[in-house]
Amino acid sequence: MTVLTEHAVAVPEHSGQAVPLDPLEVSKARAAKIERQGRWILPVVILLISIVLWDRICVWNEIPHYILPRPILVYEALIADWPILSIALLNTLKITLGAMLIATFGGLALAVLFTQSKWIEISFFPFAVILQVTPIIAIAPLIFIYVDSVEAGLLICAWIVAFFPVLSNTTLGLNSADHNLRNLFQMYGATRWQTLRYLRLPAAMPYFLGGLRIAGGLSLIGAIVAEFVAGSAGSGSGLANQILESSYRLNIPRMFAALILISGTGIVIFLLMNFLSHVFLHKWHESALKREN
Amino acid sequence: MTAKVSESGQGARASSPAIVSLNQISKTFSNGTIALREMSLDIRQGEFITLLGPSGCGKSTVLRILTSLTSPTTGRVEWPMEQSGQDEHEMSFVFQEPTLMPWATVFGNVWLPLRLKGISKKLAHDRVMEALEMVGLAGFSESYPRELSGGMKMRVSIARALVTKPKVLLMDEPFAALDEITRFKLNNDILHLWETFGWTVVFVTHSVFESVYLSNRIVVMAARPGRVVNDMTLDAPYPRGDEFRTSAEYGDYCRTVSDALHAAMDANDHL
Repeated sequence: MTVLTEHAVAVPEHSGQAVPLDPLEVSKARAAKIERQGRWILPVVILLISIVLWDRICVWNEIPHYILPRPILVYEALIADWPILSIALLNTLKITLGAMLIATFGGLALAVLFTQSKWIEISFFPFAVILQVTPIIAIAPLIFIYVDSVEAGLLICAWIVAFFPVLSNTTLGLNSADHNLRNLFQMYGATRWQTLRYLRLPAAMPYFLGGLRIAGGLSLIGAIVAEFVAGSAGSGSGLANQILESSYRLNIPRMFAALILISGTGIVIFLLMNFLSHVFLHKWHESALKREN
Repeated sequence: MTAKVSESGQGARASSPAIVSLNQISKTFSNGTIALREMSLDIRQGEFITLLGPSGCGKSTVLRILTSLTSPTTGRVEWPMEQSGQDEHEMSFVFQEPTLMPWATVFGNVWLPLRLKGISKKLAHDRVMEALEMVGLAGFSESYPRELSGGMKMRVSIARALVTKPKVLLMDEPFAALDEITRFKLNNDILHLWETFGWTVVFVTHSVFESVYLSNRIVVMAARPGRVVNDMTLDAPYPRGDEFRTSAEYGDYCRTVSDALHAAMDANDHL
């Protein structure tokens, strides 16, 4: 016979005093606060220090401004040449955003098509890979031979570079919907369209947004590279052309100004994509959630 | 010994008509594995029937065949109480995992079966809330699955199964991943709902204790090939509660069913 003996357990009385704060938790909270502030302050401080250092290096080594201009000169060029640079920026932005749009919707549509039939995917995916692995700089001259409009040529180049991450990520996402959920949809007699809309597309969302983040940066790179190859001057020319032209004229401050605008564009696109991810995912996806411990 | 475990056909509900009949069902996979061999089983209306057996005995395959996710290699599944030509049977499925859509709220998840039938959010609202109330989650309709505990997620999964008002509820080891306290609670809840609404429940488990606590009929299966080796009716009255769980009668049932399960597994060793 088994015997279980119960022991009396002393229940401590409530003293009414507040429980003292756990020093570990307090220090954790403080560390979290410092980290939140440091996330912004540190990069800004480092950036300022490097600009000052850049300036000092120019002065100390007496580097001529046509080799390495002082930051203030670049700033002046940015202001003085703004009428020219702003038009160039606008042109580059047009190509970049246009390519991004086509890459996004084209990549998404192709991915949906691929997941509707395994045979379509097997047949066409290799072509997407070939387009991706061939360096754009090698294809661009051909494209500009075959396409009359420079703008169209630029768009095609930027699109070729940008669409693959959207396509491959979204394809992966559409195929990664939970198997039991797929069974459930089948049991309830869901149509293909319903399965796509209510299950596969939402499941693919984090992957798609990841692809978009890469595509954003790549479409800018594609636009710039294509512009270098096209080498077109005139009204339609963008920031890459400004760089080329300035280098011919040894106008190095303007070159730097154009470079800064390109980087700035890239940063804005990156932040925009991060914001987009946050908007779509913050309610449910692991990547957008804070860890609890 | 007060506990009475009788062979098939002797139970109180034996007179109920069959809601679904498996006739000589066999299932052979393309790699040659025989998942089921000539299995016949009448599932009667209102039964809480448990399929109990070691892994690989084909319990889950039986459920997959019942849901038409797969079809038997030979044999027939008949639903004698339905008109011919009706291709959707009124049944729902509860998986071992909660299997919720993480991007949808609790409401959205429970709404899903109705939404797939084209019922709008407005029209579905009352039925969804009713189902949530049945599982005690009325206040959580706008929460996301990640905000819920494991037991609560399982309740959402059950609410989703109930929202279509099914006649047959198929459950594939639904509580296996939960802690014991939560499992006991959900056992009681599902029993209570079953008694209230009079569904037919087909429950798959490999826990002897759970099967005895819940069901009024236990079908013991053996593996390789999957087949029925014992079909027992439990006479213990409902409602069952903690008194039943601690009674000597319960212990006797468990011993009997456990012996049957061991016999089923021993049968394999001699093959």
